[in-house]
Amino acid sequence: MGKVKCECGHVNPNGTILCESCGRALTEKAKNETFVDMRYEGSARRSQTYNKTIIDKVWNFFSSVKVGIWIIVCILVAASFGTILPQEFYIPSNMPAETYYEDVYGTFGKLYYTIGFHDLYNSVWFSALIAALGVSLVIASLDRVVPLYRALKNQRVDRHESFMKKQRLFAEQKGTIQPGDLEKIRAVLVNKRYKVKEKNGALLAEKNRFTRWGPYVNHVGLIIFLLGAMLRSVQGLYIDELLWIREGETLQVPGTDGEYYIKNEGFTLENYQAGEDPEVFNEAINRVGTVAKNYQTDAVLYRDEKNELPGAKPELTELKKDDIRVNQPMKFDQFAVYQTSYRQGEMKAMHFALTNKKTGREYGKVVIDLFEQQKLYDLGNGYKVELLGYYPDFDGFTEEGEPTSKSPLPNNPAFLFNMITPETPAGEVSFAQIQNTMEPLGETKYKMSFKNLETRDVSALTIRKDLTLPILALGGIIFMIGVIQGSYWNHRRIWIREKEGQIYVAGHTNKNWHGLKREIQLVLAGTAIPEPIDRQKE
Amino acid sequence: MNKKKKRLYMRSAILAVLAGLVIYALYTNLTRETRGNLEAGDKAPDFLLTDLNGEKHRLSDYEGKGVFLNFWGTWCEPCKKEMPHMEKLAQEYNGEVEILAVNVGESQFQVSNFADQYGLTFPIAIDSGKEVMDAYGVDPLPTTFMIKPDGTIDQIVIGGLIQEQQVRELFERVKPSS
Repeated sequence: MGKVKCECGHVNPNGTILCESCGRALTEKAKNETFVDMRYEGSARRSQTYNKTIIDKVWNFFSSVKVGIWIIVCILVAASFGTILPQEFYIPSNMPAETYYEDVYGTFGKLYYTIGFHDLYNSVWFSALIAALGVSLVIASLDRVVPLYRALKNQRVDRHESFMKKQRLFAEQKGTIQPGDLEKIRAVLVNKRYKVKEKNGALLAEKNRFTRWGPYVNHVGLIIFLLGAMLRSVQGLYIDELLWIREGETLQVPGTDGEYYIKNEGFTLENYQAGEDPEVFNEAINRVGTVAKNYQTDAVLYRDEKNELPGAKPELTELKKDDIRVNQPMKFDQFAVYQTSYRQGEMKAMHFALTNKKTGREYGKVVIDLFEQQKLYDLGNGYKVELLGYYPDFDGFTEEGEPTSKSPLPNNPAFLFNMITPETPAGEVSFAQIQNTMEPLGETKYKMSFKNLETRDVSALTIRKDLTLPILALGGIIFMIGVIQGSYWNHRRIWIREKEGQIYVAGHTNKNWHGLKREIQLVLAGTAIPEPIDRQKE
Repeated sequence: MNKKKKRLYMRSAILAVLAGLVIYALYTNLTRETRGNLEAGDKAPDFLLTDLNGEKHRLSDYEGKGVFLNFWGTWCEPCKKEMPHMEKLAQEYNGEVEILAVNVGESQFQVSNFADQYGLTFPIAIDSGKEVMDAYGVDPLPTTFMIKPDGTIDQIVIGGLIQEQQVRELFERVKPSS
């Protein structure tokens, strides 16, 4: 295994099919072919030459286009399986995936879950397939672009006639090139933006060699794209957080390390109104009842000037006010805050009236904020209501008779009041819920009658930051440059040579042979040099 | 064959870089879920909370003492069970192991009411924005972080501590050795 020395004297890497310099066929197979295989200029694909160590074997595996295509097919097939049933990410969050798939989709669902298709795109094997594609792209490209570059760089002006004879466009004729003909041809070629080289009476005209790098540029773009996608999992480059925020609340924006706070000044859900909005909506309104027009959170963004430790009281300065609507996020400092979801009518405050049971007379109203209660509500004139206990999500009494709450959310608020009036200075205890009061410590003269309920909406905002987007865009742009570079130009070469009383003319292009033929026609017009014929048509 | 060797090195280097990238990508992808969760041995994130009496408590001020950092809610039954044990041992280990009870976002009224009812004297703070809870990645309540005098986490206990003995063992573990 060594170098291959061509008759012309050029030393080629082992495995070369056509001499890089003069173009003579170096293998028996190539010698016997009618046309030379010009795909990689007959250069030695690096992977084909050595196959000894493990490294070489791995390299060869990934350098194969066949393997690459199989990887792509596998990815396509695998990815399609993930679309049969909803992914774990999309199933209701209150249902465990273990049972959800079987409950909803039966045996097939269970199988789907067991195989792991419910979280396909995050699975190890799927990531491994994508990684294999990336590796294949790098190695297959390197394996081809380096020898191709070498071959094109080393090509000689005066190619061997056997190389020219085996080109698709070729003609030969006895005679000598007329003086002046080459100058004439050169002028036309230069006019057509060919790079023309002459040596020993031979001429090589070449243009648009850069178009041959198109596929490799394209691959570089793809690799940058994959790297960008990979960087998403690097901390700090990609943030995707959800924040539930009640109307009136000011909360830290997750993902910003406590630097930003956001206030929900109000959530609005608007529907299209039949008659008011354009007629096109009427049909849909009739069919489904309501059609949402707008989901909106009026938000205020603050910065915590101190940004101390978690839990410390922030020192807020207002940065901006914005309406966050679906697809119209509030943007600040690489972050975007999107309207994602909402919940309407969460209880906010309850109104009770201290009422004399017999006369029905009310001695003042008590408004209890379900998130910030007071110990004592003084109604004046000796009428007071003391709050003994608050149970936001009341679900019964313990054995000792103590009321309990099953969560901190005000889903079923209940209160234990002590009502103090001039008539009952020691106080009377009443247990009050919406529309219901109890007298746990004996009958009372007064009661807390439920009057009113204040509610508010809760808005869900998605906080997103994606610093990988510029990388993805760069990858995409380079990808497209590669496509354009490889598609809209043709790498054309024309060889003209006189040797031992014989004129040889050959042409090669990587695509659009018709275009090359017409160009050669124009170039050779008015000279005695024969026009090459397309021999593949014969 | 110098050139052959060079090629082998080249290929090995390229493959090594690719393998490194692939392993890194797979690793970060697979650990994304659990990343940022605290474990025993980690440094306990510092915080600054104000207790019901208006006193400020900064975790790093407790260096040199053991800390029993307890996250709780008034509605949570196991929290009610462990509070009396905590109260008793707080007295016993006074100066050696301090209790910091962090209520997760309830109202001042609810928390003081609860503290009065159970006669709690150790500092209780309300984490109204749930910032400290997020920093510690607390999910179910109660969760207790035992923090050693050097500020690292000794143990994370999820769920209620029913027996006084359990609480005592935890106290013993983070007691400064003297």
